[in-house]
Amino acid sequence: MTLDKILVSISSVIGIAFTYWFFLLKNEKETIVSNSIDIVVLGGYSPQNIIIPKGKVTKINFIRKDPTTCLEEVILDDFHSKKYLPLNKTVTVELKPQETGEFAYHCGMNMYHGKIIVK
Amino acid sequence: MNESKKTFPIKGMHCASCVRIIERSLKNVDGILDCNVNLATEKATVTYDATKVTNDLIASAVSNVGYKALIDEEIKSQDEESHEKQKELNDLKQKTIFSLILGGIILWGSFPGLINTAPGFLKNPFLQFLLATPIQFWAGFEFYRATINSIKHRTANMDTLVTIGTTLAYLYSMAVTFSPQIFKNIGIDPMPFFDTSTIIIGLILLGRFFEARAKLQTSDAIRKLVGLQAKTARVIRNGKEADIPIQEVLVGDLIRVRPGEKIPVDGTITEGESSIDESMVTGESIPVEKIKGDIVIGATMNKSGSFIYKATKIGKDTMLAQIIKLVENAQGSKAPIQRLADIISSYFVPIVIMLAIATFAIWYNFGPSPSLLFAMLNMVTTLIIACPCAMGLATPTAIMVGTGKGAENGILIKDAENLEIAGKINTIIFDKTGTLTNGKPIVTDIVATSNLTDAEILRLAASLEKNSEHPLAESIVKEAENKNIALAKVGNFQAIAGHGIKGTVDEKTLYFGNRKLMETKKINILNAQNSINKLENEGKTVMMLAIGDTLSALIAVSDTIKESTKEGVKNLQKMGIEVVMITGDNKRTAIAIAGQIGIKRVLAEVLPEGKEAELRKIQGEGKKVAMVGDGINDAPALAAADIGIAMGTGTDVAIEAADITLVNKNLNSVASAINLSKKTMRTIRVNLFWAFGYNIILIPVAMGVLYPFFHLLLSPVLASAAMAMSSVSVVTNSLLLKRYKL
Repeated sequence: MTLDKILVSISSVIGIAFTYWFFLLKNEKETIVSNSIDIVVLGGYSPQNIIIPKGKVTKINFIRKDPTTCLEEVILDDFHSKKYLPLNKTVTVELKPQETGEFAYHCGMNMYHGKIIVK
Repeated sequence: MNESKKTFPIKGMHCASCVRIIERSLKNVDGILDCNVNLATEKATVTYDATKVTNDLIASAVSNVGYKALIDEEIKSQDEESHEKQKELNDLKQKTIFSLILGGIILWGSFPGLINTAPGFLKNPFLQFLLATPIQFWAGFEFYRATINSIKHRTANMDTLVTIGTTLAYLYSMAVTFSPQIFKNIGIDPMPFFDTSTIIIGLILLGRFFEARAKLQTSDAIRKLVGLQAKTARVIRNGKEADIPIQEVLVGDLIRVRPGEKIPVDGTITEGESSIDESMVTGESIPVEKIKGDIVIGATMNKSGSFIYKATKIGKDTMLAQIIKLVENAQGSKAPIQRLADIISSYFVPIVIMLAIATFAIWYNFGPSPSLLFAMLNMVTTLIIACPCAMGLATPTAIMVGTGKGAENGILIKDAENLEIAGKINTIIFDKTGTLTNGKPIVTDIVATSNLTDAEILRLAASLEKNSEHPLAESIVKEAENKNIALAKVGNFQAIAGHGIKGTVDEKTLYFGNRKLMETKKINILNAQNSINKLENEGKTVMMLAIGDTLSALIAVSDTIKESTKEGVKNLQKMGIEVVMITGDNKRTAIAIAGQIGIKRVLAEVLPEGKEAELRKIQGEGKKVAMVGDGINDAPALAAADIGIAMGTGTDVAIEAADITLVNKNLNSVASAINLSKKTMRTIRVNLFWAFGYNIILIPVAMGVLYPFFHLLLSPVLASAAMAMSSVSVVTNSLLLKRYKL
């Protein structure tokens, strides 16, 4: 095996490992919300994972700053809610969850994801 | 407690009393601590406990008294959404045309076969570089922006794949253009691939344009429903008529509707009569005749007559507003079948990037010469062919079109999960009264068993029944009224639950009720037994009138079977679904009615509270059971069924308890709802099969698995065309549901 092939092989293994670590092993920070939270929609959701209380009303304010069409809708299907997010405007979703658990939310094309953890 | 304060505009205020009305209504909400309404600014400021009070509660407290609270900026306007989407579409169109024209010119000057026909200057790599650069960074700007934003979040999407793929091709071509010698030295023909990078961008933008246009159509149903709303109402206040905006209509307002006008809000006719086209809300094509006392639905169309009606429901309480809310909720829900797609889509893009890197390494190490070129092109093809969009769009687009199609035909499906279950239903239980029948019983026979005349029998029975609340009582009283029979005074009235009634008329003790009542009072009915059997065998309910301890007459009452019942039941049976009838009627009557309809299995003499237990027994046989009722007295059974179908009511109770609400009273809608569910689920399955199949088959092909066997490789340009068409085809397949005839 020539040196260039060895280098390409090593770089590829490093590249694959990096991709795996970068995208799939990221540390998922969870933000505790008591009443309301602003989620900025820009290349994903910030904060992405939130913890909200069971049985109480929590307001989630989505503010889309990203013009990517993929992010123009947010779907909280466990809560039967689909909202169109106009650019640079606040759209509030009110939740009063009656069950504990983890509920995913995502963009209209199911490519950007976030989690609502009810405790 | 979590004290919060909120100020919001209120629409519809015009005097100081409005201030007091709104303040009083808001203060009555549990959790609102203080509120202040300002007439001059038309705003309300509310201090409240945020753990108890939601925006919806505030909005409904305000709308209950006839005004509208504009809370938050989120009140979305369909127009605004459409406008923004149209702008996006125009922008996409411009960039697509630009990329495809310039990309086409580059392709002409570089593609084998075409290159010989191109003028010399088009073959110049520097010119190609100049043409490709604006496509890469202007038309493809969205890909870069989305990629950079998502990388910051350590997430990746389709844009990431397109960005990496096209940037690789662009940078390689740039290197070849500016330093061809380096490539010549390692034995590679210094040929740029600007055609690849530009055409990929052009085709993917084209795909996105088609997809966006098609997606816009998936939400047509909601837009249509919103568009049904009337803008103004002709209100009569203090004897004066005036056209006012619909938002200012208050509950209790008298509204005049002239021929050809749209009915603004829900209400009850107080004067006049007309024929009304309700097809836009109920899906029922035949206009309905309405007279004084009848309910009219907002957004329906008045045909010939003119009438005045009293507004009973306004704003978000109207039937149309409830339908829109229900459809929106359904479209935001998830079908269980989508779960697999959810899991895969969260890993998909990183996995494709890893596969693309592996493709590069494998082709570089083991591929034919020039291996760098093969490795680069196959890596780009792998990145470009992968289409996570199709998987993301497969289920929601079909649900949007399916539930929208239902709503247009008066079939409201509560959520996507119900679509999935409804398709598996194999038994349907129909509540008889008001579902299979019109729910308006009429007196059919009066049989004297003594020397009383028919008029006298009717006078006695109706006098007694006037005091009763039993559903059949109304039919007897009405019959007496129709015959202008004056009713007598009744003394010692007593209702005997489940049996009948007792009272004194003309100083005689009367008993009026069923067989059980006669048995309890030891009244001999043997002489009339033949008549009773005959009437019951005809599907009529027989009531017996006794004076003292002697049976004096029989009155038979019958509910008419709906016109659509026989056909509706037959359609279900043709679909292989067992149809069961449940009723409180006695067995003989029930069997007779079922026989007329064509139903074989009958559950008779079931009290309202026993319906749920009977339903559970059938579920215990391993059947998937749907229950169809009016939703008022059978709400527990509707909730217990695998699918609860409420029919022809549109009441709050029914919509809450039912999984599917049929706004019209046509029994064929039951089969239509099930067929629509099946059809939508089939579309979802085809979409998912296509989306998964596409990626499972074409990603390995793009990686080059066919090369060792057939020397077959996929070109990156073809890959981009396939990728663009795959998501378009999924959305188009969902849109085909629109053509389905219910």
